Amino acid sequence: MKAVSPGKGKKAKAGSTEEIWNLRLYVAGQTPKSITALANLKKICEEHLAGKYNIEVIDLLEKPQLAKGDQIIAVPTLVRKLPEPLKKIIGDLANTERVLVGLDIRSGSG
Amino acid sequence: MTKNKAKAKQGADFIEKCPTGIRGLDEITKGGLPRGRPTLICGGAGAGKTLFAMEFLMRGAMDYGEPGVFMTFEETPEDLAKNFISLGFDFHEMIAQGLIATDHVSIARSEIEETGEYDLEGLFIRLGSAIDSIGAKRVVLDTIEALFSELPNATILRAELRRLFHWLKDRGVTAVVTGEKGDKTLTRYGLEEYVADCVIFLDFRIVEQIATRRLRIIKYRGSFHGPDEYPFLIDERGLSILPITSLGLDYPVSTERISTGVPKLDAMLGGKGFYRGSTILVSGTTGTGKTSLSTTFADAACLRGERCLYFAFEESPRQIIRNMGSIGMDLKRWVNKGLLKFYSARPSLYGLEMHLVTFHKVIDAFKPQIFIVDPISNLVNVGTASEVKSILTRLIDYLKMQKISTLLTDLSHFGSSLEGTSEEISSLIDTWLLLRDIELNGERNRGLYILKSRGMPHSNQIQEFLLSNQGIDLIDIYTGSGEVLTGSARAAQDAKEKASELTRQHEVDRKFRDQERKRKALEAKIAALRAELDAESEELHLMAEEERRRRSGLADNRLEMAHLRKGGTSAARRSARKRSGKGD
Repeated sequence: MKAVSPGKGKKAKAGSTEEIWNLRLYVAGQTPKSITALANLKKICEEHLAGKYNIEVIDLLEKPQLAKGDQIIAVPTLVRKLPEPLKKIIGDLANTERVLVGLDIRSGSG
Repeated sequence: MTKNKAKAKQGADFIEKCPTGIRGLDEITKGGLPRGRPTLICGGAGAGKTLFAMEFLMRGAMDYGEPGVFMTFEETPEDLAKNFISLGFDFHEMIAQGLIATDHVSIARSEIEETGEYDLEGLFIRLGSAIDSIGAKRVVLDTIEALFSELPNATILRAELRRLFHWLKDRGVTAVVTGEKGDKTLTRYGLEEYVADCVIFLDFRIVEQIATRRLRIIKYRGSFHGPDEYPFLIDERGLSILPITSLGLDYPVSTERISTGVPKLDAMLGGKGFYRGSTILVSGTTGTGKTSLSTTFADAACLRGERCLYFAFEESPRQIIRNMGSIGMDLKRWVNKGLLKFYSARPSLYGLEMHLVTFHKVIDAFKPQIFIVDPISNLVNVGTASEVKSILTRLIDYLKMQKISTLLTDLSHFGSSLEGTSEEISSLIDTWLLLRDIELNGERNRGLYILKSRGMPHSNQIQEFLLSNQGIDLIDIYTGSGEVLTGSARAAQDAKEKASELTRQHEVDRKFRDQERKRKALEAKIAALRAELDAESEELHLMAEEERRRRSGLADNRLEMAHLRKGGTSAARRSARKRSGKGD
């Protein structure tokens, strides 16, 4: 598990509140898909959630018991723990638009 | 299943089997499901798929020392626990002991977005970790098809399912995968495509308001299996499948004979009664004494110290005991001794299969030597004729395997042919007794005859069947003068015959006496004639004597005269004197 510290960033222009985005990415080993997914996620976060996000990467090969808690069956899966409600995005996050919709980032920013 | 292991050793290609522990299933599959391979259980809603899977897992853990993982895609862990507990398993204890592990996979479509490439490695990892956590040998996936409605990308899903089944094989676990029945396919999403080794179909249908459950093995690669639809049922102990059709006709036979309880009936059956382990049918219209005959048979069995199981579909046990008291039979003592067990139920209480399973369950538990069903005809009410026949065939085969003597009664209906009512099952019957009414002269009497009895000489006579407070008695029926008489007519005829017999006897005596008299008269006559003859001959003698005397007298006289005339010799005179002196 490696954590990416929240980026510095400026004040959120999108969110109305000062909320922290708590994101968790589940992968199974260093597969091309998981590497791609993490890279895509970082890019999106930097662009849209700079300074108020927190990414936790969980490798299920190391911690298989964690898959149960978040009901993970597909990898990679991105879970938005916060803000609520819980959201899940499966896949390598290649389609930025859909990731934004899935994370409800786009709706707030318009 | 040591037998299967032995077989597996014989040929390396032989599929090793994994016993399910589900009653009956291991017999139709000849040992269980293919070990180390996935088996698909499909069927409609409420067909019992989950229960099948649960029992497979639980029996494996409890009876065969094979821990199992239950991965559910439908039910919450709480519901799952309740289901397991309702089957009588201590679910929490089994989890604590590491015999069972569960995982509830739930994905809400609403909270999932799909972007780009992914696979189901997460599922594999979860399953793998659950298997590793308890060293599982069995896995249940119930119902993995749920994923199809939750994951939008069917292409990925199909590829991953294929991989999953391969993976399960590689892990060497015996898996049961359930699948909902589709419109035209076995499963809605074609799971049968991936599970190539064994497919079992569960069916739940309602025929004439009675629910029946059927199980069919659609495919079992590399193994023989029974091809039929097997009825099964779900009760408080789980599933029971009735596999008995495949038993065949190689059951053991006995030459031992057992008494019917009626000495005269034993005499009619070659003097010794029924064969042990044979199947006896007593048919007759209502009130002909079927129950009395059955209980007499039961009574005789208990008297020999045998165990007897009595299924009563018409009367309650108490009522039977009371009624049989009236013919001098004390069944209560056998019940108290535990030799006689009654089992009463209304036939319509549940379906035919349930009855058969009940039979099996009770027989297995009680282990009787004698098994009585009174009457089987009531079962016809809850099934069609062919179903009843199939059920009875199975039951009878099973009973013969166990060497249990079986007596079935059959209620025939008025107006129909007595022999015809049960023709569906007649071929299964070894000894068939027919009880019938004989109506004559304003009386109704009972008659009994033996319609057939395999393997023994038996009487062809109709016997009058009498019930008294001493029990059952059989009396030779009057069959003289070309008519059959029973009851008081028979008694009257008997009296009449006795009277005429007496008359005839008197007649003969009288003739004897007449003849004697005649003989005596004749003898007297003969005596008289002889006397007459004697008298005559006496007279004749006298006459002859007289004549001789007269003649000699004459000669003397002549000599005398001549002497006198001539003065002849003294000698001549002397002899003449002598002669005359003698004659005087």
